[in-house]
Amino acid sequence: MLIFQRAAACLALLGALWAAPAAALTYDEARHLLNRTGFGATNAEIEAMLPLSRREAVERLFEGRRSEPVSPAPEWLNSPIRPPKRMKMMSDAERKKYRRARRDMATGLQAWWLAEMAATPSPFTERMTLFWHNHFTSSLRKVKVPHLMYGQNLTLRRYAFGNFRHFVQAMAQDPAMIWYLDNRTNRKGQPNENFARELMELFTLGEGQYSEKDIKESARAFTGWSLDRNTGKFRFYPRLHDDGPKTFMGQSGRFNGHEIIDIIFRHPEASRYIVAKMWRGFVSETPDKAEVERIAAEFRESKFSIRAAMTAILTSNAFWDPKTRGALVKSPVDLLVGTVRTFEAPMKNPRFLVRVSARLGQNIMSPPNVKGWPGGKAWITADTMLMRQQVIAALTGGGGAPQGKQQSMEPPKPTRTAGSGNAKRDMRVFQRTGRMPAGANFKAWLAQLPARNKTAGGLAALLLPIDPVRPIPPGADPAAAVRHLLNDPAYQLK
Amino acid sequence: MSTTPNKSNRREFLAQAAAISLAPALTALPFAAEAAGRGRVLVLVELAGGNDALNMVPPYADPSYARLRPRLAVRRDQALQLDQHMGLHPALQPLMPVWQAGEMSVVLGLGYPRPNRSHFRSIDIWETGSDSDRHLTTGWLARAMEGAPRVKGSAADAIVLGGGARAVTGAGLRTVVMRDPNQFVRQAGRMQRPATPGGNSALSHILTVQKEIEGTAKQLKKAEMRGREAAAAARGRGQIGRQLQQAAKIIAGGTPVSVIKVSHGGFDTHSNQDGRHRNLLTQLAASLAGFRQAMVRSGDWDRVMVMTYSEFGRRAKQNGSGGTDHGTAAAHLAMGGRVRGGLVGGQPSLTDLDGGDLKHRVDYRSYYRAAATWLDLPGGGAVLGNYRPLPLSKA
Repeated sequence: MLIFQRAAACLALLGALWAAPAAALTYDEARHLLNRTGFGATNAEIEAMLPLSRREAVERLFEGRRSEPVSPAPEWLNSPIRPPKRMKMMSDAERKKYRRARRDMATGLQAWWLAEMAATPSPFTERMTLFWHNHFTSSLRKVKVPHLMYGQNLTLRRYAFGNFRHFVQAMAQDPAMIWYLDNRTNRKGQPNENFARELMELFTLGEGQYSEKDIKESARAFTGWSLDRNTGKFRFYPRLHDDGPKTFMGQSGRFNGHEIIDIIFRHPEASRYIVAKMWRGFVSETPDKAEVERIAAEFRESKFSIRAAMTAILTSNAFWDPKTRGALVKSPVDLLVGTVRTFEAPMKNPRFLVRVSARLGQNIMSPPNVKGWPGGKAWITADTMLMRQQVIAALTGGGGAPQGKQQSMEPPKPTRTAGSGNAKRDMRVFQRTGRMPAGANFKAWLAQLPARNKTAGGLAALLLPIDPVRPIPPGADPAAAVRHLLNDPAYQLK
Repeated sequence: MSTTPNKSNRREFLAQAAAISLAPALTALPFAAEAAGRGRVLVLVELAGGNDALNMVPPYADPSYARLRPRLAVRRDQALQLDQHMGLHPALQPLMPVWQAGEMSVVLGLGYPRPNRSHFRSIDIWETGSDSDRHLTTGWLARAMEGAPRVKGSAADAIVLGGGARAVTGAGLRTVVMRDPNQFVRQAGRMQRPATPGGNSALSHILTVQKEIEGTAKQLKKAEMRGREAAAAARGRGQIGRQLQQAAKIIAGGTPVSVIKVSHGGFDTHSNQDGRHRNLLTQLAASLAGFRQAMVRSGDWDRVMVMTYSEFGRRAKQNGSGGTDHGTAAAHLAMGGRVRGGLVGGQPSLTDLDGGDLKHRVDYRSYYRAAATWLDLPGGGAVLGNYRPLPLSKA
């Protein structure tokens, strides 16, 4: 069996070498790689990739990865995590004030991350962090201490390219996760199975790979894994831990949580399941079974190195197949951050964009449930489709859908777009007038594009992953062409 | 799994027994009385935040009720009495004519086993129709409507005018979400003319949605003209009034659609509940009564069923701030020209509580199956599980 696997891996490697010659990337290929591993791409970023081969380009993305954010941490991070006195002891007014302050921190945290996505020199890092956020979900709506969600975000980026098995071990002790999946109340004699169930169903194996008994037994192994109420750090409470013998996936012993995770990782599905999910996130909604099997084998071989799996996925033939371009729907964050980055629009009020993203269906750090956002086609409904067009128009400062009959490229009147700094008010203004405080300087953006990119074909290659559904009308000037492309359904794809 | 309530309770399924004996005579042609091309419509009213059903439908005669809620209980002399035990909150006075006409069912004791008290999780459960510990991604109605023939000439199967679209989200269901039909029509006018769906499956989906937008906008424009007069009668109050007026316009205007969803928010009454809850119920009652009037006037009331739902009811005992905390089982209202009327289900006991919470008497999916039967869905919504449909409609 092992020999066979080795042989298969060698053959696959030969195949990959043969199929991916060290030729320089085309413009379309470079844009595709950047769009899929980041958020949009500027013309300059695309051109910088052009001399590289596929493998070199992917390598460069990894070299640029970061383990820490560039944006300074939110100021309130050093504030105490516990309320000044018990909520029950507070007056209604105090409680209201406290809750408002917490909500403000939560929005501030979401804005911090969105701003990081727009500002980072390594969009690949943010893309991976977002992928993991949608895998190891936790939500500000349940985890009432934003400090813990910030801590989780740091953990997600620290392990984003690292070892998946260690990652799972870290998440099992992540305070926000412990809160989110109720492991705080998982005690000897009164087990709470929430974490144990999702650990297998959503994080590592997928449904059908374990029994209800495995859930019950493994839940006992995680009893006593909780938080310190004062510091918000992970804490093991030996007295609440059930160290009795357990039978899990056919093995018996006095297992603790670490050992349960180690047993899970001996299951072949532990490599297939996550590789298939990565495939859906980065290549297409329909994973190629043979390819997933090949990459899962490499993943196991590498002792679960995420970087190894991602390299295999990003250098697969399927990833580079022209048919793969434009096969995924942009998420709201893709659309917003991608547009901001592509048009080099300053993110003036990230709190406002957090609201817009939520309105489009992706309230970051508050996924709808433990499964995360279903994503894909589900992003597009009649409501979000119309809203997306409005948002693009406003974000690009008049580049998108024409507002009413007027097709002027003039930036919208400053009185309405200056932004009040109040995200709620800005949202109301936007819904009423279609104007927002984050518009790009569209004229300046167009002026700096090299002449060769200002043709209809050049603009389409920069902005769309596939040909526009409706061709650019002949004789359209560059501004009209951009407006046309942003309004094209293909702009919703990546 | 059984939805049969405890036999010891006096208010069990009396109405149901009557319904079952009458049903066979009337089943022949479900759509015979309806104008051609105008199918049945289900109007879902979400009471967001967890409605305190114990005060909406107070068990005013139960001594435990006043004991548990010294500040909040609806007193016997205030309650609009439905029978010797159950009543309605006085703010629901505008609904009494509907009750007296036998067009409103008051469904008692709805819930599910192992209740979850988180807003987000519990509304998830209610809208996907799942068990407490299962995560489903599609809405209960989307699954129940799978394979149902489309209403002739319809551009959308469901229109969501307020709140989340989860209940009607799923493969094959054409759901159009809009905040405001007028704004929707305006924005749709700015859209590039949609091309014929094609290309990869993602692109094809977008083009299909664009077609739905175009088609729905066209129909809404027509409905705006034809339904305006009828909808004028549907003057309700607040957001819910506006949404139900829009719903009335869509239905009276002849827009072919099977489901309309509206939402009435603010029911998370942890403190100072008395006045807040009264206001919410006042708005709800005025809006529902206005909606019914519009539907009666336009001749559409017989093809409409309205049903309320909420993530949970509230605790039996009031809390220290003059409010109530997250609870479990709850009563809901269903009304329509062909709704049977009366009390249905069973009122949970106030002495046999589960950690201070009501024990549900009827699984909420029995309520849903009644809606599936009303919409004449394939299998009567058996896809929701083996729950006996509540007898809400007159065949």
